Amino acid sequence: MTVGDDDMASDGSEVDCRQSVERLYHYLDGELTDERRRCIQRHLDECPPCVEAFDFEAELRQVIANRCKDHVPPALLDRVRRALDEEAATSRSTHPPAASSR
Amino acid sequence: MADQAQFSDMAMGHMQALYTAALRMTRNPADAEDLVQETFLKAYRAFASFEEGTNLRAWLYKILTNTFINSYRAAKRRPEKADVEDVEDLYLYHRLGELQGPAIGRSAEDQVLDRITDDEVKAAIESLPESFRIAVLLADVEGFSYKEIAGITEVPIGTVMSRIHRGRKALQKALLDYAMGRGLVASTDAGR
Repeated sequence: MTVGDDDMASDGSEVDCRQSVERLYHYLDGELTDERRRCIQRHLDECPPCVEAFDFEAELRQVIANRCKDHVPPALLDRVRRALDEEAATSRSTHPPAASSR
Repeated sequence: MADQAQFSDMAMGHMQALYTAALRMTRNPADAEDLVQETFLKAYRAFASFEEGTNLRAWLYKILTNTFINSYRAAKRRPEKADVEDVEDLYLYHRLGELQGPAIGRSAEDQVLDRITDDEVKAAIESLPESFRIAVLLADVEGFSYKEIAGITEVPIGTVMSRIHRGRKALQKALLDYAMGRGLVASTDAGR
């Protein structure tokens, strides 16, 4: 989905800092229409303070994504594989494949 | 319609991401492992209903999230606040800017980000109330679109956007608290 915005210029005219910041997350999330994205981009091209704020938010997003990974315990991997094998065996014994199926 | 025999090949590669999400949701390794196992078993049993060519990752997350909400949610054992304090846009950026002072420049804010640890990021996410935690997790850690998150969590897209927006700001507040607690930034005039 792309986000419409009654408050933001839809005729291609300029947006201000407040409107840009209000749409910052939608912009970083790639959830704006191309036209509204270009409106924000035009503002950023001329507004270093907003660029700094946008860059900070983008950097923060990276930090959150990168520092939030956990390794799967090997025992869990084994456990899930075993559970799936058992489930497959149970389902084969309950519903044996028909002799003509091969 | 998907062939059950292909399930392991297609689904096991998603385990690391699902386990990470399960840990943030349950905040408990033992529950997270049980949740992941149950998710894989449910997905295996329902795999015939998965339409090949559609998004397997989103389908698995939907099962994980539903299973968590129905069976593991902390609220069943321990009530938690259901809302977050509303703070301004760019909360962390502005607070760090004020604390560091304009003379030091923007790099000081990036330095603080560099020094925030994995454990602090994880704890900050886990500090969010459940609905905000799930929305932020799916958006910022897993990279799902608003529409995909609406499908996974079965809530309207407007609610998804609101939860992500407010959840992110609450997450920034939690990160600032950790940074101040560890002395990464001075706490004298913070938290205004």
